[in-house]
Amino acid sequence: MSQRPRSAEFAQRTRTVSTSQVQASDGIDTPSGHEPDESGHFGRYGGRWVPEALVAALDELETAYEKARHDPEFLNELDRLHRDYSGRPSPLTDVPKLSQHAGGARILLKREDLNHTGSHKINNVLGQALLTKRMGKKRVIAETGAGQHGVATATACALLDLECVVYMGEVDTRRQALNGARMRLLGATVIPVKTGSRTLKDAINEALRDWVTNVDSTHYLLGTVAGPHPFPQMVRDFHRIIGLEARAQVLQRTGRLPTAIAACVGGGSNAIGIFHAFLDDAGVRLVGFEPGGDGIETGRHGATLTEGSPGALHGAFSYLLQDEDGQTSESYSISAGLDYPGVGPEHALLKDIGRAEYQPVTDAEAMDAFALLCRTEGIIPAIESAHAVAGALRLGKELGPDAVILVNLSGRGDKDVDTAAKWFGMIGEDESAESADGTAIAEGAVKDTAGSFADAGSKTEGIQS
Amino acid sequence: MSVADVFARCRAEGRGALVGYLPAGYPTVEGSVELLTAMAEGGCDLLEVGIPYSDPVMDGPTIQAAAEGALQNGFRLRDVFSVVERATAAGGNCVVMTYFNPVLRYGVENFARDLAAAGGLGVITPDLIPDEAGEWFAASEKYGLERIFLVAPSSTEQRIASTAAASSGFVYATSIMGVTGARDTVAGAASEIVARTRPHTTLPIGVGLGVRNGDQAAEIAGFADGVIVGSAFVTAAEQGGPEAVRALAQELAAGVARAGLATQPA
Repeated sequence: MSQRPRSAEFAQRTRTVSTSQVQASDGIDTPSGHEPDESGHFGRYGGRWVPEALVAALDELETAYEKARHDPEFLNELDRLHRDYSGRPSPLTDVPKLSQHAGGARILLKREDLNHTGSHKINNVLGQALLTKRMGKKRVIAETGAGQHGVATATACALLDLECVVYMGEVDTRRQALNGARMRLLGATVIPVKTGSRTLKDAINEALRDWVTNVDSTHYLLGTVAGPHPFPQMVRDFHRIIGLEARAQVLQRTGRLPTAIAACVGGGSNAIGIFHAFLDDAGVRLVGFEPGGDGIETGRHGATLTEGSPGALHGAFSYLLQDEDGQTSESYSISAGLDYPGVGPEHALLKDIGRAEYQPVTDAEAMDAFALLCRTEGIIPAIESAHAVAGALRLGKELGPDAVILVNLSGRGDKDVDTAAKWFGMIGEDESAESADGTAIAEGAVKDTAGSFADAGSKTEGIQS
Repeated sequence: MSVADVFARCRAEGRGALVGYLPAGYPTVEGSVELLTAMAEGGCDLLEVGIPYSDPVMDGPTIQAAAEGALQNGFRLRDVFSVVERATAAGGNCVVMTYFNPVLRYGVENFARDLAAAGGLGVITPDLIPDEAGEWFAASEKYGLERIFLVAPSSTEQRIASTAAASSGFVYATSIMGVTGARDTVAGAASEIVARTRPHTTLPIGVGLGVRNGDQAAEIAGFADGVIVGSAFVTAAEQGGPEAVRALAQELAAGVARAGLATQPA
């Protein structure tokens, strides 16, 4: 545990929080024991595959992070924000009705969806925004896919008086329009990116171009565990709290460690955040679920670790989807937050050494799980997180009723209502979910679609209409 | 002719070197050979042959669009070797400019072998820093290719020294913080980065990013050993084909010649 001095009020809080003795800043204050080498390499992966123009800023960031992570003032401020602003610790929820669809295995959800702004992204954003202030920079740029990282960044910038510019692929500004509006309400400038595939990959390209140009005044608040060193390590550390809390919560709730952990993997931030606390628990299976899109065999997917090969993209050496000439392939997923042809370098190492495994989950499987969680437990997950739920159902059937499966429910699905309503045939392609009344949506879900939503409902005891 | 020979010849003529960039395969493989040939005929001492890449984070809109066009027209990585070979046969001295992932995918050693066989003289690597370049050091040594790394206005003294020490052929100094693209003014930060680099190397120093006309070329050539022009050539090619490229090369070459030598002969 941390040795740093704490205020009396803080010590009191620590004693009274019964679910967890974990403090929000422990993920950065206490080294994980799985650090990259001095130049940021996880095995052969990671490092800095960047223009020289960015090296000074990366060095500055690394120095600022190393100083801040052991500074009581920084840690206490981070803890205060996590506690009073984003609402940590996030709860652990038993979902017995969902578990009936998972071979009877006990499923536990780590509720990162209940954090302020609606996802795990705030964990990293608060840390980096505080660092930005310490570095004396006034302007923050960020990329976003689903918009969750963009919203979290816009939120922290509003809170801490920082100028905020968010790059978002034009395709994503359409499929995640709600989050675009949220960012603008929070005072951010949202720039639709119209190059390349017009999704997350291109948003990162544009953010990197901005950073190269404005690096003196600007911090690039990268939203995942990819990119050049120190981002994969630092972003991971800001998210380690997920696993540290969850490990204590599962032990307290069940008296044992989980059999397996399920998390979705795009860039891999929520997965690394929950995996990390269990890396040394050899008996705990760590399974990352990648976006299988229309199915691996169709070529339309974003399953980087399943189907990709090693290479350099966006500042790190890792797995990526690429053609035989090293041109990045376009990824595809119904989930904007997972629609990315790269992945964080530590995941690449965990795959190679066999400590974690990675499996694809198709759009259809994810949306089935989405519907099932809505109807059995009253939780609308982000479509990203629905991939992890689908993975847990698969793992449960494989592992049987004695298994305990911990799922990182990384985000909530408010942003996905339009996409889901279209998927389930409740509205047409050109309609907005807001234009239909609530009853029509509910009725449509149960009766009008022959597809997965109705099946999901009918198989669930006690909720038939 | 080696890169050192090219700079030595320019020096003997009492001037700096003009380096012109165009992407291989733009607008087509055939068309790019014609454009590069025109660039050499117009007075470019070194040709910087770009490899179109899907994620060019150091490039502005002009070169991004050209790279995308080349890829859409079917450019394959292996085409760069025939472009270099033919441009060299037409009298050009070629170095390749490439983001590093295509090289990693092809195999660093295989790439060096095939580029050297095609007559290429070296490689400019905008997103490879010496810290990650272990394999490239070995391959470039083995096949006698120059390693042209970049220094930037944000580089610390220590990094300028280590990057210059890792480089061969020449050192590429980026004139401003930013991506490629023609600009109205470039000289301010450029003279500073050249002055900061000079004490750390005996290699020639070339300045790139933003230069678009003869007057700017003359200004840069007043303190740098080489003037590197990219986006302006792409725009010329787009608007007027080989003739416009040749004319721009002539204008830039006249500017460079007008400036004389950046440093006095030792």
